Amino acid sequence: MIHPFLFLQWIEEQLHLHIGEHVTYTWLVMAILIVVSFLATKSISMIPSGAQNLLEVVVTGIDGLIEETMGKEGKAYFPLIATIALFILICNLIGLIPGFYPPTANLNTNAAMALAVFAMTHIVGFKKHGIGYLKHFMGPIIWLAPLMFVIEIIGHLARPLSLTLRLFGNMYGHEIVLMIFLALVPLFLPIPMMLMGVLIALIQSFVFTLLAMIYIAGALEEAH
Amino acid sequence: MEFFAWCMMAAGLGMGLGSIGTGIGQGLAIKAACEGVARNPGASGKIMTTMMIGLAMIESLAIYVFVVAMIILFANPFTEHVLGILTH
Repeated sequence: MIHPFLFLQWIEEQLHLHIGEHVTYTWLVMAILIVVSFLATKSISMIPSGAQNLLEVVVTGIDGLIEETMGKEGKAYFPLIATIALFILICNLIGLIPGFYPPTANLNTNAAMALAVFAMTHIVGFKKHGIGYLKHFMGPIIWLAPLMFVIEIIGHLARPLSLTLRLFGNMYGHEIVLMIFLALVPLFLPIPMMLMGVLIALIQSFVFTLLAMIYIAGALEEAH
Repeated sequence: MEFFAWCMMAAGLGMGLGSIGTGIGQGLAIKAACEGVARNPGASGKIMTTMMIGLAMIESLAIYVFVVAMIILFANPFTEHVLGILTH
């Protein structure tokens, strides 16, 4: 189930290249983010206007969310979390425009982000607690430790899997529903579904960001 | 050919059964969140965030079923095997 027309794929075919559509559209989203943030911060003024105003609202919002969820310690992880949030949001929203493919509707993009969060969680944990981080996996009672260790390892391995599949399933499912509706009744019927797509895009980027924050905050706190 | 008919049946029935449980679970979560906000409107921000995480967790169950259904329909690992047997 693919889009009938993707303009970057068309350009690729003219150039006889073989790059997946999710890779080219990831590059497009990266370019959009870089150019927008560069243009907005080119002439910073005390009284913000235009693009700087918009980006300040976004950055302050994410900053407030991080402080609310992770506390003061979370400030250090602002770059990672804000990048993931903005990237996923733009990726999701870009899929609503005809001719664009959301890179998050591919398993590989999501797996890359989820693995980055997974690695970050444990690196942060070991950095903060040293070898005592292993206590996080041991459970409350010492003689239950061997059992708890196995369960906790499975639980931690399920995190990147569920992060990946949740985002992928939502975006891919939305694409398929849209395509089926387009095939059944091309006129007007897909519009409510596309409206729901806006909602799904916002909620899924919010959920991914929130879960990433909660996982990192969980690694930061003391073992009980 | 019967194999593919059963694949369709499995995907459809699985998605339906998965949706039942997810729907009940999400309904209960939203009911509790609504009651909480009605009793204490001041806590609506925190309740909203917690509810969103909970809904995402419950929703992922239906998403797993959806992914399995898509694998059955579009990327079935046994398709070539069955087609090989059929063509012999």
